[in-house]
Amino acid sequence: MKKSFLYVIQSTSFDGVRIQEALDEIMTVAAFDQSVSLLFIDDGVYSLKRGQNPEILNLKNVTPIFDALAMYEIQQFFAEDESLKIRGLSSDDLILSVKSICRSEIGELWDKFDVILTG
Amino acid sequence: MNFAIKISSSPYHSQASDTAYHFIDAALQKGYGIYRVFFYGDGIYNALRYANPPADEREIVKRWSLLAREFDLDLVVCVSAAQRRGLLSEEENRLLGRRDSDLAEGFRISGLGQWAEAMLEADRVLVFSG
Repeated sequence: MKKSFLYVIQSTSFDGVRIQEALDEIMTVAAFDQSVSLLFIDDGVYSLKRGQNPEILNLKNVTPIFDALAMYEIQQFFAEDESLKIRGLSSDDLILSVKSICRSEIGELWDKFDVILTG
Repeated sequence: MNFAIKISSSPYHSQASDTAYHFIDAALQKGYGIYRVFFYGDGIYNALRYANPPADEREIVKRWSLLAREFDLDLVVCVSAAQRRGLLSEEENRLLGRRDSDLAEGFRISGLGQWAEAMLEADRVLVFSG
């Protein structure tokens, strides 16, 4: 059985262990040889921002985990254009290469997946 | 039609656990299948054996246990989320030299693979978070 999964990331790396636990789940699903993509919206786009130093706050740096996701054959990374722009971010500020997608296109994107989950 | 359900919110943080409970109860009463309920993140607090709310409030943990018994529900608590927050099974407590279980009746502890498998087996996947 194979399904396509879209995980919607809406929170920053500084929202408790939310991102860490989302990443654990994403890696588990990918390890089941499923097709997994990620969509970053709202404050979720901050989780990909370069130059984060969570160690100062004694928090785990999840940036290497995002890097490792490529090894798990994560299909695609999407980021909502409006969420990036309103926060003054461009794709150059991000640690990963993402496909920028407009808010008006997100409904169409959702139609392409069997399962859509929030982290 | 059967459902895989993830609950990732603490019972007193949001309405998510209540909504999930009422959805699952209604689905079962109508004859739908619940393949598995997976408690993740702060959702693990739904399985806390020693929750003891005042007598005039709903008993969130106990009603899960009763529903599990009535419908033979598979209530799975994520092991890593539970350990991180200090909810340990009898076996895990024994390894630490304690005779106790923090897990309420009707729940079991297992890994994220159980959630992945449930999503593949079920017709629909629902997430209750908050």
